[in-house]
This record gives sequence, C-alpha cells and structure tokens, in this order.
Amino acid sequence: MKILYFSWLREKIGVPFEEVEVRSETVGDLIKELINQDHKYELAFEDIKSIRVAVDQKIIQDFNVSIKNAREVAFFPPMTGG
Amino acid sequence: MHQTIKKCYISVNVQKVDFDINSEIKKIKSNKIIGGIANFTGVVRNSGREKEELVSLELEHYPGMTEKAIMLICEDAQKRWNLNFIKVIHRVGRLFAGDNIVLVLTASAHRKEAFKSAEFIMDFLKSRAPIWKKEHYRTHSSWVQSKEEDELILNDW
Repeated sequence: MKILYFSWLREKIGVPFEEVEVRSETVGDLIKELINQDHKYELAFEDIKSIRVAVDQKIIQDFNVSIKNAREVAFFPPMTGG
Repeated sequence: MHQTIKKCYISVNVQKVDFDINSEIKKIKSNKIIGGIANFTGVVRNSGREKEELVSLELEHYPGMTEKAIMLICEDAQKRWNLNFIKVIHRVGRLFAGDNIVLVLTASAHRKEAFKSAEFIMDFLKSRAPIWKKEHYRTHSSWVQSKEEDELILNDW
C-alpha cells in the first residue's frame, strides 16, 4: 500500500510517500502499526486531532474506515487552500 | 479536468503557471446566454503574521486528488445554483507577494447566482482542497495554520 504524507507531517516523517506492507484493516490500526515501527511516527502522529486522512483520495472522518482494499492512504494537517 | 452537467460547463485546473483573467472571461463571454460573471482572484499577500517581510509562499498539494476535490465542490455549486460556467484555476508551487493564487469564475443569467456560487466555492476551497501553504521568510519558514472560522463558515451553507 502507498502511504503519503503532506505538509509538516511529510517533514516530520522525512519522505513524501512510502510503499508499505500493511497488516492493519482500519485507518486507526494503521496509525498504531506505524507508531510501533519507529519513533518518528510517534512524533508525527502525536497531535492526532490535527491529522486528516484520505483513503484512495477521498477524505474520511472516521478512523474506523476499512483500508482492506485501499491502494493509497494519505495523512496531512488541515488544508489551507484558496 | 472538465465536464458539462445540465448545460453547466465546469473546468478545473491546478497549475504552476500564472493565469490571465481577461482571457478566461473572454472565453466565457463567447457564450451569449450569460448575463453576469462573478470573478474572485486570490492574491499572495504579506500576511502580517510575522514582523519580517514575506519572501515567498509555497503551495504544496496532493497531485491527483486536488483537481478531483475541487471538481466535487464545483459539482455541489452547480446543484445549488443555476449556472452556465464554473472555472477554477488554483496555482501551486512557489509564489511571491502580488502573484495570483486562485481564480474562481462563475457565470449565470443573473448576478445573485454568480455571486453566491463564487463565494461558496471559495469558502470550500479554503478547507476542502488538499493544498497546504508555507510562508518563507529570510530567517525562517512556517506552515500556515488553518483557521477554525474557515471550518465553521461551511456550516452556514
């Protein structure tokens, strides 16, 4: 699965994206799985309320959303377009 | 990315290069059923958040998703108002004070629908388009934080 990071989340993790073998079935579990892998994820996901998520390029509100068939999951802070 | 829904032509572009407002308006006016065009142009400014002068503004985005997300906002606007044209151009990359950032053009037979829909699209672009701004100063850089009021304002629509 492709995991993408944007803005300060990308800076904290150090890469814009990575291909990862994922066991998790939900967004919430994926965050836990990443945090268990490396301290940098723990730092990046520290303020979980300021993290927004898109699964296959669609914004999701609920971290219990399934990622079983997802091709990509993106993590980013609140958007500042316009 | 473009499509026509119920006689409303919607066009969305995410690009590094500048846009020319007059030529975009001219294209829309070639259609003779238009009664009015609302035009909003967002421009890079010295935000005044820092004491220093802004050197540049960097706009990062989610390639692939940005155009789709903006198109969804336009589709929503098309459902709410009777429109003939919607044109959104959002720039990304490194910009400088005074540069154009975003163009929203909405055209309708009547002014109110054009005004309202342009405002609606801008409000949603602020917090629903996957774009992040970073301000660069001579001595440091900082990510622009989203404003709570920008999120709350969406409830009014």
